[in-house]
Amino acid sequence: MTFEAPKVSYSGKIREIPLGREGNTVTVGGESCYPFHLFEGEMPYPPKIAMEVYDSEPEDWPDTALEPFADVIKDPAAWARKCVDTYGAEMIALQLASTDPNDKDISADEAAGITKAVSDVVDVPMIVLGCGNVDKDTDVLKAVCEVCEGRDLIIGPVAEGNYRAIGATAIGYKHTVLASTPIDINLAKQLNILLGNLNVPDEKIIIDPSTGALGYGLEYCYSVMERIRMAALIQEDERLQFPIISNLAREVWKTKEVKVPESEAPLLGDVKKRGILMEALTAQCVLLAGADILVMRHPEAISLVKESIKDLMTGK
Amino acid sequence: MGLSGIEIFKKLPKTNCGKCGVPTCLAFAMKLAAGQAELDACPDLSDDVKEELGEASAPPVRTVVIGTGDRAVKLGGETVLFRHEKRFESPPAFTLLLSDNMDEAEITVRLKKFNNTVYERVGVVLRPELVAIKAVSGDASKFGALVEKVCSATDAGLILMNEDADALSQAARSCSNRKPLLYAADKDNFESMGNLAKELSCPLAVKGSNLEELSEVSEKLMAMGLKDLVLDSGARSARQAFEDQIIIRRSALLKKFKPFGFPTIVFPCEMADNLMKETMIACNMTAKYGGVIVMSEIEGYSVFPLLLASMNIFTDPQRPMAVDQKIYEIGAADESSPVLITGNFSLTYFIVSGEVDASRVPSYLLIKDTEGLSVLTAWAAGKFAADTIATFVKKSGIEEKVKHRKLIIPGYLATISGELEEELPDWKILIGPREASHLPAYLKQWSM
Ligand code: B12
Ligand code: SF4
Repeated sequence: MTFEAPKVSYSGKIREIPLGREGNTVTVGGESCYPFHLFEGEMPYPPKIAMEVYDSEPEDWPDTALEPFADVIKDPAAWARKCVDTYGAEMIALQLASTDPNDKDISADEAAGITKAVSDVVDVPMIVLGCGNVDKDTDVLKAVCEVCEGRDLIIGPVAEGNYRAIGATAIGYKHTVLASTPIDINLAKQLNILLGNLNVPDEKIIIDPSTGALGYGLEYCYSVMERIRMAALIQEDERLQFPIISNLAREVWKTKEVKVPESEAPLLGDVKKRGILMEALTAQCVLLAGADILVMRHPEAISLVKESIKDLMTGK
Repeated sequence: MGLSGIEIFKKLPKTNCGKCGVPTCLAFAMKLAAGQAELDACPDLSDDVKEELGEASAPPVRTVVIGTGDRAVKLGGETVLFRHEKRFESPPAFTLLLSDNMDEAEITVRLKKFNNTVYERVGVVLRPELVAIKAVSGDASKFGALVEKVCSATDAGLILMNEDADALSQAARSCSNRKPLLYAADKDNFESMGNLAKELSCPLAVKGSNLEELSEVSEKLMAMGLKDLVLDSGARSARQAFEDQIIIRRSALLKKFKPFGFPTIVFPCEMADNLMKETMIACNMTAKYGGVIVMSEIEGYSVFPLLLASMNIFTDPQRPMAVDQKIYEIGAADESSPVLITGNFSLTYFIVSGEVDASRVPSYLLIKDTEGLSVLTAWAAGKFAADTIATFVKKSGIEEKVKHRKLIIPGYLATISGELEEELPDWKILIGPREASHLPAYLKQWSM
């Protein structure tokens, strides 16, 4: 028996999507193989990491996650600057968590104002995420689209319940949309079809198939991403040939295991390193499943993941 | 499975006696071909046919066992490339590496940590499984002494790593009853290694400097009659290891390439200079087909996330783990204890019951059947709606156990509290915290 490496031949390709304002764009997608399967295809644009910024001071973060941002935590614009200047963020993801009606419920205008302030101080591509409440997100994201005209934002989550209103506004102001569906390949495809019917251009769509944290439902998300990639690359399902985003940090950093101190759970080891690895491993898993953009928090988790991407892309 | 249903059918007794649990031999053959039945279910097969079909119906990646008793570790047995196709069989064995030039005291500390590192999560025990003992000193007696020390310190399975065949043979004989993995046969020493492994009936690692060479050595060992092999492709970089793992698994599954039809061993410990990075590489190997994953250190902050990743990747994609619908008493609950409700997804149950337990406030936890779905998923799927919760609460018998009428619901279900109060007019609905981790603080405020 002589050995011959079995290779997969891919008939499909992921769309290349440039994000951000002209002159400062970052391109994602373009893969013609499964993640990092570089022996049989190409990944012209390595996955990118967007650093999280919150619209107001977070209340339930563990110290280990707060520490790197302690000096800017009350000022989203300064926070974003720090991400770019100190940590070299390739993208920013502004989480408009305070708009949640079950939380601080800040108004759409206020949220748009914060977004504008952040977008004015950084040049990198910027993702703006609503709280996940369908109706509130409609108001908030519409306002955001308007005040940030010309900024080429990436806005979401755009869901089945609000895609028309947000999609139409996004087209008007030329922003990119994050098409969000709850862990289901058919729903993901369906929403992309609907967005297409609405005339959202294909180069303005990123898929967000939902994310759970390591140990908290990640397996489902992992499989849905793998299946989306298979459908796109092997079955040439062209409504799934879009880059994938994973909004993972907020899931990871609310779990118990990133918070419980070593003194209470000695077997779990150093709480800081543990939190960093919980985030970095969640990221690593979704990368292997097909994510192109990761929304992440801890600078050290980010550098671990960046190094890992580099090793998988270029090391031998 | 190499044979089609029809090919298998030809070898069956064709009596359609039904003893195998399906009405006809043909139906049984089809199930065998699909990997949904065991050969042993048919009592009327001749030994010859059994062997022939057994060989053909064996999984394309052979199951190899390292160690004995309740610490035996099963590797391989895999039949698919992607977890959504069918459950992956054998989670990776995270392994502690010890060298014979390490400081004695250090070894004692590491072994102790290794032994203590056991977690329980959703009813499953998670732990690093194996200890690899590596000869670095070049001194056979030091190696032997370390093997002895490890044997007396732990029941875990062992990997003996020594390039000196005599030293390895000596050490292997001293503990062959524990079925250690012998590391490693290569293109030069495969004969003596092969013979040793055969004689002691121990599993044997095969090492090549690349896939080509690995396949050649593996084939030679198979020709010698060795069955339990573990493959090391020689890759010592993150990218090469990733690529090799994929090609090995694909060769076994898609091409039925026998020399690669075995579990693998990988060495993140040799691919990074710090444990954080090593953990990242081990994570890649967990998702993509690593069998034995050798780590330079076992530290909770690294191995716990890895075990979670392994658990996630290796759970059954078709069936969420669920617990029974009933009233769970946590602590010495009495008629004035708080009553909480949640769904029967085992992850949800274990997290919530763990927190209630940690609060030290004796409580009743009502578990409603949500078909194994988490709180929000169940709610979105209509399995945790106010009317069905109400019916369950009334029937559960909780009204006889407590004299108050206060029900704590998950914070994420705040939106249904009004409706639930209508459905359960005698009860007051309290909205608990969203995250279970806030339950201890919440419960400490409890007053009837
Ligand atoms: C994995 C997952 C799935 C898996 C199922 C996993 C399972 N066994 O439940 C699958 C893929 C099958 C799935 C399907 C669906 N899902 Co789903 N899913 C998730 C995901 C990613 C994680 C869920 C999880 O495992 N959480 C971990 C467990 C432990 O959490 P939990 O049960 O809520 O428990 C926590 C708290 O609630 C609290 N708690 C629990 N009990 C109690 C009790 C008390 C008293 C208190 C105080 C606290 C408390 O403690 C726990 C830890 O803090 C979430 C998104 C997310 N990030 O959460 C979406 C999510 C829940 N799914 C969602 C949806 C819509 C669906 C679908 C309807 C979509 C569809 N495809 O049709 C289906 C429905 C299923 C069906 N029709 O059969 C939505 C729900 C939206 C909403 N707000 O209503 C979510 C939030 C995703 C989203 N953002 O859109 N899903
Ligand atoms: S038990 Fe054996 S002989 Fe009887 S029906 Fe099943 S396969 Fe056929």
